[in-house]
Amino acid sequence: MLRGRRRMECTLDAQSLISISLRKIHSSRTQRGGIKLHKNLLVSYVLRNARQLYLSERYAELYRRQQHYPDGAPLLAMPACPPPAAAAPPELAVLPLPADTQDREARSCAVVRGGAELLEGPVCAAPPELQRAPCRDSSPGFYRAAGSAGPGGGGGGGSSAAPGLLYAAGCDFGTGGVPHCSSRTTVLDLDTHVVTTVENGYLHQDCCSQCPCCCQPVAGGPPFAPCTKRARFEEYSAEHPQDSSNISNLISIFGSGFTGLVSRQQADSEQPLNGQLCGKQALASLGAWTRAIVAF
Amino acid sequence: ATGDKGGRVVIFQREQESKNQPHRRGEYNVYSTFQSHEPEFDYLKSLEIEEKINKIRWLPQQNAAYFLLSTNDKTVKLWKVSERDKRPEGYNLKDEDGRLRDPSMITMLRVPVLRPMDLMVEATPRRVFANAHTYHINSISVNSDYETYMSADDLRINLWNFEITNQSFNIVDIKPANMEELTEVITAAEFHPHHCNTFVYSSSKGTIRLCDMRTSALCDRHAKFFEEPEDPSNRSFFSEIISSISDVKFSHSGRYIMTRDYLTVKVWDLNMENRPIETYQVHDYLRSKLCSLYENDCIFDKFECVWNGSDSVIMTGSYNNFFRMFDRNTKRDVTLEASRENSKPRAILKPRKVCVGGKRRKDEISVDSLDFSKKILHTAWHPAENIIAVAATNNLYIFQDKVN
Repeated sequence: MLRGRRRMECTLDAQSLISISLRKIHSSRTQRGGIKLHKNLLVSYVLRNARQLYLSERYAELYRRQQHYPDGAPLLAMPACPPPAAAAPPELAVLPLPADTQDREARSCAVVRGGAELLEGPVCAAPPELQRAPCRDSSPGFYRAAGSAGPGGGGGGGSSAAPGLLYAAGCDFGTGGVPHCSSRTTVLDLDTHVVTTVENGYLHQDCCSQCPCCCQPVAGGPPFAPCTKRARFEEYSAEHPQDSSNISNLISIFGSGFTGLVSRQQADSEQPLNGQLCGKQALASLGAWTRAIVAF
Repeated sequence: ATGDKGGRVVIFQREQESKNQPHRRGEYNVYSTFQSHEPEFDYLKSLEIEEKINKIRWLPQQNAAYFLLSTNDKTVKLWKVSERDKRPEGYNLKDEDGRLRDPSMITMLRVPVLRPMDLMVEATPRRVFANAHTYHINSISVNSDYETYMSADDLRINLWNFEITNQSFNIVDIKPANMEELTEVITAAEFHPHHCNTFVYSSSKGTIRLCDMRTSALCDRHAKFFEEPEDPSNRSFFSEIISSISDVKFSHSGRYIMTRDYLTVKVWDLNMENRPIETYQVHDYLRSKLCSLYENDCIFDKFECVWNGSDSVIMTGSYNNFFRMFDRNTKRDVTLEASRENSKPRAILKPRKVCVGGKRRKDEISVDSLDFSKKILHTAWHPAENIIAVAATNNLYIFQDKVN
């Protein structure tokens, strides 16, 4: 609470607004008198606005990076069809990984979306101007590696991606060429706390650490090695210390029970409509991200 | 009447004119203090219910006693405030202390008489209207029929009869079937001053709906819908917050409504729904500070607004204990301050000015020096005279027009 006088500093950083808003929502749970529906609704609007800006900034940046690396570097795609309305219940964060990359076709967006819904939901529930065409890729390998590496490495790599990564991995070189899924997804890696957002292109991410082939040019050492992943994370973090640490801070606020909480069903709307519960439900309209916070 | 965070109501009364002390005319002093609401605990939902008074509304006076409604988040109470200046003396069956006498000891009978006593003002709760609101009550409004009143929470408005406490009619319900689709809440509601079937309610989206209770039992469909299109050049992260209406008031004539959002006061003509007829900037210099105001929660402050008796001047509060008046006819406005230093009795308030940038003149205050912990959310204007009451944190200031 502002006491006395102080300079009015104004920082319009989308990310800090997101953290401030989440902090407000979190602290409102312990306020006397119960959650105030009106205030939380307004905070959720700010959260939504800031998130839109944050994501569009990220996409723009990723797009810029892709411009710099059109073919050479191994990239990973995360194509995912826009999921149905955020009303779908969140699934377990840790997904069993399909060993067979041929399962790709069978994997629906909904499946992979479960764990990724933490950050993905709001993206796909974004207003029309941010929404893109549904995934046109017939084989939605969650992660792909395109690039100069040899064939076949993809399949193997995909199947052995480490648990805790919120994707159904599939390093797929098969299709090769340029991916043309134009939807966007954001995924949070609960282990490394790396946030990955993909729009039109691909983003080099940890999956590459699983693929010996595509790991070669970038990092030495065997795949699956934690140190490799960590190297990735740190490398990524170093580039974007602000992004990852802030997001990971936000997630770590809610502690180790996060994944379990994500799987909790949205409260039944028939339940007593006290201010607390309905505050939660109001927030859930934002999508899974805030729903996860609210469930906590 | 004032209500505070501790659930207390304090009533002030104006001194009567007296030949002995003519200079004391118009001074207000404490008339009665009582505890209206206590903190409660809802065991079913594990929620504490704050005792903080959200709204007070007077009922029109019909006899010697005064009646008012006061509400916290969940419960509305009707209080009767009455004076007692006589007491009966000379009972036969009990003595002056109230102890019963032994009937066999009574040797004579007398008629009790009323004797004057020191004035005592007592407040008694006459009705308690409870358990009708799931969400937090933000408004109450007495109907012009003096028989009914309404109470509004975030999603519903209920109509009550003063005599019946175990039933209320739900007249507005904007709760969506799926709470995930919630996009707006009710922020204020008021009955029309003359037409007992008409009321308005405002929303967090900056819209006002006028409803007619004759059309249907549940007034979900509005008769009129007042909304001003958003100015896209002013769009920011906080556009939704600052457009949320914090107060709505009918003019005394019933022809206009006034709404207060975070930065402006708007006057609407009931006959024109697509935009207000007047917009007044209360403290537009805060528009560039919204980020900081969001951080310190000031952006959620709910300011009220009031009309003067003739609907020619409107008043609302601001920060740094400033309050603003706008003359609708002359289009002049003034900023005044309610503070101890500036308010010696009978001193004339000096207009204040906030300097927005550049050179600060003497007597001006720069935006960065404003004290945002000193906010004036509640003001009131005497219905007939130019006397105003301004609530500044722990103090109540009462100002009046210069008396010649």
